[in-house]
Amino acid sequence: MQKVIDIKENVTKFEELSAYIERQDESQGVLMQTLHKAQELFGYLPIEVQKFVSEKTKIPMAEVYGVATFYTQFSLEPKGKYTVGVCMGTACYVKSSQLVLDQLIKTLKISVGETTEDGLFTLEATRCLGCCGLAPVIMIGDSVYGKLEPKKIPEIIESYRKK
Amino acid sequence: MDKVKVTINGMEVFVPADYTVLMAAREVNIDIPTLCYLKDINEIAACRLCVVEADIDGRPLRNLPASCVLKVENGMNVRTNTTRVREAVRTNLELILANHNRECLTCFRNGTCELQKLCDEMGIGEIPYQGQKRKVRLDNISSSIVRDSSKCILCGRCISVCKDVQGIGILDFTKRGFETEVAPAFDYSMADAPCVYCGQCIQACPVAALRERTNIDDVWDALDDPDKYVIVQTAPAVRASLGEEFGMPVGTRVTGKMVAGLRRLGFNNVFDTDFTADLTILEEGTELLGRIKNGGKLPMITSCSPGWIRYCEIFYPEFVENLSSCKSPQQMFGAIAKSYYAEKMGLDPKKMVVVSIMPCTSKKSEAARPEMEVDGIRDVDFSLTTRELGNMIKQARIDFKRLPDEDFDKVLGEYTGAGVIFGATGGVMEAALRTVADILTGEDLEDIEYQAVRGIEGVKEATLRLPIGGVETDVNVAVVHGTKNAALVLEAIKAGKRNYHFIEVMACPGGCVHGGGQSHVSSKDRLDVNPKISRANALYAEDVIMANRKSHKNPEVIKLYADYLKEPNSHLSHKLLHTHYTAKKQYVIENQKDFDDLI
Repeated sequence: MQKVIDIKENVTKFEELSAYIERQDESQGVLMQTLHKAQELFGYLPIEVQKFVSEKTKIPMAEVYGVATFYTQFSLEPKGKYTVGVCMGTACYVKSSQLVLDQLIKTLKISVGETTEDGLFTLEATRCLGCCGLAPVIMIGDSVYGKLEPKKIPEIIESYRKK
Repeated sequence: MDKVKVTINGMEVFVPADYTVLMAAREVNIDIPTLCYLKDINEIAACRLCVVEADIDGRPLRNLPASCVLKVENGMNVRTNTTRVREAVRTNLELILANHNRECLTCFRNGTCELQKLCDEMGIGEIPYQGQKRKVRLDNISSSIVRDSSKCILCGRCISVCKDVQGIGILDFTKRGFETEVAPAFDYSMADAPCVYCGQCIQACPVAALRERTNIDDVWDALDDPDKYVIVQTAPAVRASLGEEFGMPVGTRVTGKMVAGLRRLGFNNVFDTDFTADLTILEEGTELLGRIKNGGKLPMITSCSPGWIRYCEIFYPEFVENLSSCKSPQQMFGAIAKSYYAEKMGLDPKKMVVVSIMPCTSKKSEAARPEMEVDGIRDVDFSLTTRELGNMIKQARIDFKRLPDEDFDKVLGEYTGAGVIFGATGGVMEAALRTVADILTGEDLEDIEYQAVRGIEGVKEATLRLPIGGVETDVNVAVVHGTKNAALVLEAIKAGKRNYHFIEVMACPGGCVHGGGQSHVSSKDRLDVNPKISRANALYAEDVIMANRKSHKNPEVIKLYADYLKEPNSHLSHKLLHTHYTAKKQYVIENQKDFDDLI
């Protein structure tokens, strides 16, 4: 079962989400952008949030859950403060991005899709990030790190731990 | 509509321009295979079994388009029987089978499975693809519906029926790729999701991914137990569908054979739920007149359909007080059998087993509701679907088609034409009007066929002028079937746009004749026959030949009141025949209270 979030502590986020839903034009379909907004506010889409979206949009819960579980951009688990995305696109892959990923797994002590215990990092393997000239590439948050060698990884991760 | 000329397998045909190639092919008697297709409900080109080769004025269309969504065009040339098409259909079938739990011999749908039938027709031999199989995930927690993901072929028919026809949407495609599963949100059981157990998803399912939770063995055990006195009641709609289990045309009325079959199964008495349908009319009609005279909660809404009751409790709790307090005929029957009939016959109610045969899957859950008992004695012990009865008759090796016509047993087998039509949408309303009009006018009215409330239009309305308390009053009534239509009417009432005194609601489209427990009609057969109409016609035909066609003329119901209940809505009636309803939450979570405060 899903982790339970404290609804009372998050009332302002729910209110913001509610206001966002009310601003939407129903004829254009509201579910995708609402789930994006919800994930931006809460960091992930726990059952309480999906139930809230279903109630407010009058879209059946199964449909909300269906969309939330179809797209990899949505997460049902809490995400770390920083998402580390390792590009596994063709160019990066032939430039040994697997070794970069292996080093990240070692440094962060988590597998792909997991979040570190301190809540700082979530590790993800992604499709092509679109900057093949810099292969192999990773993204941490909004920052891009290109032409990487595995040995540089611990230093980069450490810089985020110190932030 | 403009017509266009298409050539299909060399045959020219003129069809309306909005036709699909699939429909056009039927005009020249070509049966294109389909699996996910359910006309007007699910047309999503998912299964790829209806693929064809086509070109327009000599320009070939790319790949093999799916004919269920391919619109006809003038000059279109379609070929359905080429090696390329046949190979594609076979490959697609083999791919479906590669990931399908192929335990056909022991499967619930053995013989009625649309996938099995197509494999036979297309000559599928071995399946060349060996690989991972979908996990068996069995949800058998509810009393009504079982979901088995290992049988699911992801056609989406159940999703469309639940979401678009019924307006509920408890099922959807969840997750993606190989992990895709048709399921309620967050892996909730059907019992904990806001499922009303109408079983329309079972009717839509081409395979055995959705089926009723069966009680056949429970009933065999009761019949084999010498200490038990086992009686059976049959709902009106069953007689209009049971024959289909034995290959008879949809809507064949088999009342007499059904009774004979039940008797041969070993029931001590074969009775009719129509008896308590008549009783319901007297209780409910009296309740309605009382509410109108005494300023009670209006509109009053019928309570015969347990799918509707559950829908109201979950989605429209603000209307719970509008529901008639009457138990459904199924439950009234159990309560009367184990009190009045037990006393009359000197039977120990604790040793009685009441079995009901219902066109319904929701009735199983209704029978299991905690409030459905009197002094600790359950009203109904087991509720079987029409399909389960068909199965029992087959297991008992009874040659159904050759059975003679027999009559129901006396007392609780006595019924009127008004009771029979309960099974069709509008039937409860018509039966009620026949009785209420007689009571109010003090006459024995001859004009008793209320055509305005018959038929399969989603919402039917009528206004009748009746003398209430000596004052000529316009009584507004509405008849709705399908929960989506119910929502429309309730929203109109909330918005002040409609004002009714009395509403009949049935959860299933078409009413009980099209209930989730009725015989399966394949999507292909549904192109030729509308089971809602054919089966309703069977019931109206029985109504016409009945000696009594008004519930208050049922001699055994009259006797029941004279000897036992005294009068409708009496103290004893309330104890035995009435109940209450409660608002229910959907998708209950751990911190539900905080959530309710938030909303």
